[in-house]
Amino acid sequence: MSATTETAGARLVAAAAGFAAASRDAAADWDREGRVPDGVRRDLAATGLLAADLPPAYGGAGLTPAEVGEAAAHLGGVCSALRGLLTVQSMVAAALARWGTRGQRAHWLPALAEGTLTAGFAATEEGAGSALGEVETTVDETAGGAALTVTGRKKWITFGQDADVLLVLGRTGGKPAAVLVETDRPGVTREPVRGQLGMRAAGIAHLTLDAVRVPADHRIAPPGAGLSHVAATALDHGRFTVAWGCVGMAEACVADAAAHAATRVQGGVPLGGHQAVGALLARIAVDAAAARELAARAARFRAGGQGRGVTETIVAKYAAADAAARAGRDAVQILGAAGCASDSRVGRHYRDAKIMEIIEGAQQVSELHIAAHVMRRFGAGA
Amino acid sequence: MSHGSEPIADAAPGAGAEQITEEITGFLTDALRRPIGPDDDYFELGLVDSLFALELVTYVEQRFALTVEVEDLDLDSFRTAHRLTEFVRRKTGADAGRRTHVGDH
Ligand SMILES: Cc1cc2nc3c(=O)[nH]c(=O)nc-3n(C[C@H](O)[C@H](O)[C@H](O)COP(=O)(O)OP(=O)(O)OC[C@H]3O[C@@H](n4cnc5c(N)ncnc54)[C@H](O)[C@@H]3O)c2cc1C
Repeated sequence: MSATTETAGARLVAAAAGFAAASRDAAADWDREGRVPDGVRRDLAATGLLAADLPPAYGGAGLTPAEVGEAAAHLGGVCSALRGLLTVQSMVAAALARWGTRGQRAHWLPALAEGTLTAGFAATEEGAGSALGEVETTVDETAGGAALTVTGRKKWITFGQDADVLLVLGRTGGKPAAVLVETDRPGVTREPVRGQLGMRAAGIAHLTLDAVRVPADHRIAPPGAGLSHVAATALDHGRFTVAWGCVGMAEACVADAAAHAATRVQGGVPLGGHQAVGALLARIAVDAAAARELAARAARFRAGGQGRGVTETIVAKYAAADAAARAGRDAVQILGAAGCASDSRVGRHYRDAKIMEIIEGAQQVSELHIAAHVMRRFGAGA
Repeated sequence: MSHGSEPIADAAPGAGAEQITEEITGFLTDALRRPIGPDDDYFELGLVDSLFALELVTYVEQRFALTVEVEDLDLDSFRTAHRLTEFVRRKTGADAGRRTHVGDH
């Protein structure tokens, strides 16, 4: 790689900004059609943005957490589906970079960095949402240990319609296990999900894995570590890019709401002239700014090294999802019927932001973790 | 907090097992908000939440200046303070000369 890390980082953040700007108008169509066009998906993957924080040795650009965050905010501010593509790919890449063997890292990471391979994260099942310890998918050793047979049904997989490979959470002999499953293997069926509240263009699918055989070297980390280490590392990374995506969404809603409030005149005054409207605007502007600072704080902690900033990331994701959901709601309020129209940008952000309060740890689950940390800090002397 | 993030200088080869165990039980007692003895299996006792296993890895890496590789993920090594002490001594002893960091190569 000839460019320095800083240069590569700046170039990729600019590429994300450019990609977002070019997608600004089309995003509403993708949402309506329930699909990011294949060409757009491939173009975004080919920028190298999807796993850009991988080290150069694996074909990544070694982006700093702050740079990854900025890229996610650019995409999220325009289209949550594009941000979702970055999120799931970088989740799988992060888990493999941390817990893959040297051979597994060498095999999978360069293709994920280049974007020639796209990945999905398949944890959720009918009976296992927030409580991922309850997954029932089985990852059984077969062929005398040379192969693994994966059977189960995964739900709500972002870009599950398109992913080339899935990081699947299951269990081996009762212990949580993580395994990579290519989607072109016999026994994989994808059922597209359409018409859901938000993230409509994110290629969501329910997936059935019916005795899918993969080589034994597709298992990531020993059984027992599949959830607590592998999936947990992926989810931590996912919360980070979701947090920044929400910052982008909240800021976009503030911008649209302010532009509308300043120019739309009713009863002889611009809407923003009403104190009540001004108060809505002020609150969402402050929320968005606060969310950005908390996301930047999480980035600073993460820059301290591998494994750092997990709690700060939960705090950021919690605050940013809340800011985006509130900004979406109040922006729709300020835009009135225009905010309810089928192509309304703030209307779309409103729907997408609600999803962010549910995925990657629902708000109430985040509160449990944050509260536990606060008590640990201040309750020790009690 | 009583257990800072700086690696302890003398946790390198030869550091007393007792001192390491004490460090670790101190961290666990803070983190789990109840006294944890050197042989308490906090996973078995159900004292940990879903993020704790990773937190423990990060703590051990920082505090004892080592890297937990996937090959080290024999979860039995992480179950009690005594076992963790053995793990830390193994890693900071024989392996100390050829430590690599995930992603550095
Ligand atoms: C658009 C979209 C994309 C998704 N993409 C993926 C993906 O790529 N991969 C994947 O594996 N999954 C994905 N999911 C699934 C998502 O991760 C789950 O929806 C999420 O984990 C919550 O699980 P659940 O829906 O089963 O809700 P439940 O676990 O049933 O929880 C419902 C509600 O109950 C409350 N609650 C639950 N547990 C607790 C608790 N311990 N304490 C307090 N309150 C609690 C919360 O308010 C929560 O919102 C996606 C979902 C959506 C909607």
